Amino acid sequence: MTAAPEETARRQLAGLARWRPAEIAFWALVLAAYAVFPQRAALIAEVAVVALFALSLDLVLGYAGILTLGHAAFFGWGAYVAGIAASRGLGDPTLGLLLGGGTAGVLGLLTAPLVLRGGDLTRLMVTLGLATVLFELANRFTGLTGGADGLQGMIVGPLLGRFEFDLEGHVGAAYALAVLFLAFLLLRRIALSPFGWALRAIRANPLRAAALGIPVRRRLVAAYTLGAALAGVAGALLAQVTGFVSLDVLSFQRSADGLLVLLIGGVGWLYGGLVGAVVFKLMQDLLSSLTPQYWQFWIGALLVVLVLLGRDRPRAWIARLRRPAEGAAP
Amino acid sequence: MLTVLFDGIAYGMVLFILACGLAVTLGLMNLVNLAHGAFAMAGGYAALVLVNAWGVPFLAALPVVFLATAALGALMERTLYVHVYARSHLDQVLFSVGLIFMAVAVVDYAAGPSQQFVRIPDALRGRIEVAGIGMGIYRLLVIGICGAVALALHLALAGTRFGSRLRAAVDDSRVARGLGIDVGLIFTVTFAVGSGLAGLGGALGADILGLDPGFPLRFMIYFLIVVTVGGTASIPGAFLASLLLGIADVAGKYYLPSMGAFIIYGVMLAVLVWRPQGLFGRAGAR
Repeated sequence: MTAAPEETARRQLAGLARWRPAEIAFWALVLAAYAVFPQRAALIAEVAVVALFALSLDLVLGYAGILTLGHAAFFGWGAYVAGIAASRGLGDPTLGLLLGGGTAGVLGLLTAPLVLRGGDLTRLMVTLGLATVLFELANRFTGLTGGADGLQGMIVGPLLGRFEFDLEGHVGAAYALAVLFLAFLLLRRIALSPFGWALRAIRANPLRAAALGIPVRRRLVAAYTLGAALAGVAGALLAQVTGFVSLDVLSFQRSADGLLVLLIGGVGWLYGGLVGAVVFKLMQDLLSSLTPQYWQFWIGALLVVLVLLGRDRPRAWIARLRRPAEGAAP
Repeated sequence: MLTVLFDGIAYGMVLFILACGLAVTLGLMNLVNLAHGAFAMAGGYAALVLVNAWGVPFLAALPVVFLATAALGALMERTLYVHVYARSHLDQVLFSVGLIFMAVAVVDYAAGPSQQFVRIPDALRGRIEVAGIGMGIYRLLVIGICGAVALALHLALAGTRFGSRLRAAVDDSRVARGLGIDVGLIFTVTFAVGSGLAGLGGALGADILGLDPGFPLRFMIYFLIVVTVGGTASIPGAFLASLLLGIADVAGKYYLPSMGAFIIYGVMLAVLVWRPQGLFGRAGAR
């Protein structure tokens, strides 16, 4: 009889992990968008990359509660690793993703002890500093990265050895969506596992989590490393579908964009990153065609307004569509 | 050698004036205002308009710049910042990043993307030699003004009635309110003074740091380094951190130009690994 509570808990977690109709409808819509707008394949691929980046940031920020201003460090790292590999003859896309994501994960693991020291302010500082150092390095080592001109001469091989990337970007978009979906499945699994709930407990109250016997530090390091690896995959994906890497993958703007996407979509909720990425990219597309030079102003204004209105509000509307249990413990 | 030290001190002093407002809002008011550099940029461009376009003498323009940016700060605090005091650090970060983007775009629109120079009078352009150290008169002036401001600020916070009220308002705003302290007014004044000092720093430092629309982003990291390295709790901490970073940065750019930009991050990381709360931080500080 002693196993009964554990059994109940397991059944509860399994119940939460069940796919809901709204989720299936969401992914059906994504597929439909790919089928209906073949001429916008490049945009779809970009949205998928931004969504994947936002997902990785959400794991670090939304679930683990680690405040970071430098998540682009891992994104850019992955992009450069995959790009440099492709320009040196290692053009297989899957290998590039693994290299970019794997090395970014190692970088995350190595820097995690530094990031987890101190309070929010120290974290902001160290993450921002780390991304800036990488930016400076990429700018300095022109032989390896092409410096301000960007990395030239990438040759990305056919996908899985069969599908060549075409100029219209159809294969690229399908590839990006597939990677996004796989990463999403992984993150969904993680978020609904005991590990994911432990992260939420830590974010809500680290002291209480520690008192419950959760190894706070180890969980945070794991979440940070995983987030870094996924951001690296996102960067590598961008490098492969665009066939180009430039310094902007490491810029502060990139980190801020990730934050904005989460702000639009909602933090601590996996679909938040996806919805936010779609809205953000469409808005950027629209604004930059209306006011090519000053679209940043509107992005900034949106950030300010969303914070002042309360960023939980759009999420609360959507929360009604979701099961109450997840809404109660975001 | 001593000239580098001198330039480093001047640079550090400017950094201090720029960052001390942030040290106060961050350390005392617990508000993460990353857009602090935008106020500095506003000050720099205000000086540009006053001196270059309207022909106001440089030294006379400085107090005007201070007052103008302080007024801007007070306005922003009353209308916008007052809503984010109680929010999470994440909200404050997003909010201020939004303000930075807006400020960058507005300045780009109004003044163009290129670097601008405030016309400094020829009398301040010269150099003098004292005991073999070449000292630019302008830098000497910067050191003088910034040193005086630093001292005045420290005395004001540590020794006046306003300083103790501010500390009371920050430590427990409910009790402070109960004691009849106008917490809202104190926060507004503090924020305005911090913004004004940032503007003054932007005007004084335009010649040393450069002035273009990217300013708030480019120097955001420097301000944050000053505040975190100094520990958010004290003005003297921020002062010493500014000097340390100014000297390290100038010396690095002078002696190891290929390493230039990394020195300052090296210093920061070393300090933060050694003392996560900063050099002068209290372990329990917020």
